[in-house]
Amino acid sequence: MSTPCLEIESLSATLANGVRVLRSVSLTVEPGEVRALVGESGAGKSMIGKAVLGVLPPSIRVVEGRITLEGTDLGNLSPRASRALIGARTALIPQDPLTALNPSRRIGPQMTDRLVRILGWDSAKADRRIRKLLDDVRIREPDRVLRCYPHELSGGMRQRVLIAAAFAAEPRLIVADEPTTALDVTVQKQILRLIAELQREHGTAILFVTHDLGVVAKISQKVTVLYAGKVVEQADTAALFAAPQHAYTRALMAATPRYTDPMASLRPVDEAVLAGLSAEIATADRNWKPNTKGSGHD
Amino acid sequence: MVEARQLPRRANPRLWLAGGWLLAVLMAAIFAPLVAPHDPLAQDLMLERLPPFWVTGAEPGYWLGTDSLGRDLLSRLIYGGRIAFAVAFAAAIAACLTGSALGLVAGYFGGWADRIVSRIVDIWMAFPPVLFAILLVAVLGTGLSSVIIAIAVIDWTRFCRVVRAEAMSQARMDYVENARIAGFSRIDVMLREVLPNVLPTIVALLSLEMGIAVIVEAILSFVNLSISTDDPTWGGMIAEGRLSIHQAWWVLVFPLIMLILTVLSFSQFGEGLKSRFDPVLR
Repeated sequence: MSTPCLEIESLSATLANGVRVLRSVSLTVEPGEVRALVGESGAGKSMIGKAVLGVLPPSIRVVEGRITLEGTDLGNLSPRASRALIGARTALIPQDPLTALNPSRRIGPQMTDRLVRILGWDSAKADRRIRKLLDDVRIREPDRVLRCYPHELSGGMRQRVLIAAAFAAEPRLIVADEPTTALDVTVQKQILRLIAELQREHGTAILFVTHDLGVVAKISQKVTVLYAGKVVEQADTAALFAAPQHAYTRALMAATPRYTDPMASLRPVDEAVLAGLSAEIATADRNWKPNTKGSGHD
Repeated sequence: MVEARQLPRRANPRLWLAGGWLLAVLMAAIFAPLVAPHDPLAQDLMLERLPPFWVTGAEPGYWLGTDSLGRDLLSRLIYGGRIAFAVAFAAAIAACLTGSALGLVAGYFGGWADRIVSRIVDIWMAFPPVLFAILLVAVLGTGLSSVIIAIAVIDWTRFCRVVRAEAMSQARMDYVENARIAGFSRIDVMLREVLPNVLPTIVALLSLEMGIAVIVEAILSFVNLSISTDDPTWGGMIAEGRLSIHQAWWVLVFPLIMLILTVLSFSQFGEGLKSRFDPVLR
């Protein structure tokens, strides 16, 4: 098989007090593939995304493992070089479109800035590119939108702008961190469809962080299920939904509300399953020692 | 597609009134030799303690009356504005530049930079400011530049504290993280992403600080520690007026009014500018 777009090998991270937040996570994203990263809140899904993008909060330390971006081990690079590589090859579609745009700068310069100042495009080319992408995300009046300040646009419009900005630099990998969670349900659907459409068109690999199994089924080819920072199950999406192997995955699916009988299916993840998993993790933690220095960039 | 409608920009009377007053005083101060009806230093004992124009006994040409040495009050107020504004601009800008730069670095970078700057600010704030100013001027010697230095040295902490807090909260925003992911350096992110969002606050503080500088200069003149006693200053005029309050109230009242209106205008102007600058409040 060709070089994976993103390869995470045995990534572990701890808080300053030694509590583990990621437990030897390994996963691979092949070029052009959408891998969903699913789990309950606090499972460490966003943490993995931040680790890949090199923006882990200072309170979290990577203690072992490797992150390889298109064959380059980020741990072997200087902080500056890894920043440059991440900047050139990846992009983020953030969770909250309300805080992800600078409130005091107009949309236009915010979008072209990266193309011009990081990738060295001339401004006319960057401008054409941005307009093309705005058209792709169905923004009808690019002139007006480019002159707007973020607060003059609705949440859905801002998320469209952010999606366009993410795809504009032709990244090889996009980390989508719950991109529809902060939006209302009708807008969620449109945004999801846009991301899927642009992903197919550009052939970009996406690490799609979500807690919503419905979204997983719609957008991804592969799934990684995470619980308490530990990979519980990885599979092709179709296979996972047809026959979930792990008890936790089954419990998570059972906890997803359904249209047919919403009240009956509205229940938390089975306690017995969680107790079993927690015991398993506690035993593993007792025996765990980080073996390498790890690729802790930044 | 729902879009927030752009609201028409509201006229802001506070901004215009305050700005108008400041502009008028500034212009009068700059063009003092043309505007002032008399020499502010010319004494004439025949004309001492003339009342302002609406009181009986007023002399035409001496609109606000004269002080106990027969000097024209209006002319002295206009010339006093020169010193007040020179001190206000120079001291406030100096304090603003040092304080904002240190605050921005401390707030955005955090860690050691923040610890060092914060400790210095804590120590600085332990000094009583006016006493500190008097001490500084006493050491530096009187004169316009010592007054400016003293105010800047004391008041940079005001900018530092506020800008640090603001930069800190901005640094946690997603757009800052986004810029880092895109590959911008920390300095770049600080100057291009964080600074523009802190700027409205800096502008408001700067204007407020100008008002404070006017007050501190007046206090120093009042205790005779500002510039040479020959040059008219509002603080010095208040000090002189205090002595003849029972014979000639206007000698005290007019410089007081100038001082109050000017300081008030600076703070109101700052608030108005802040809401004008801030795209979200606008």
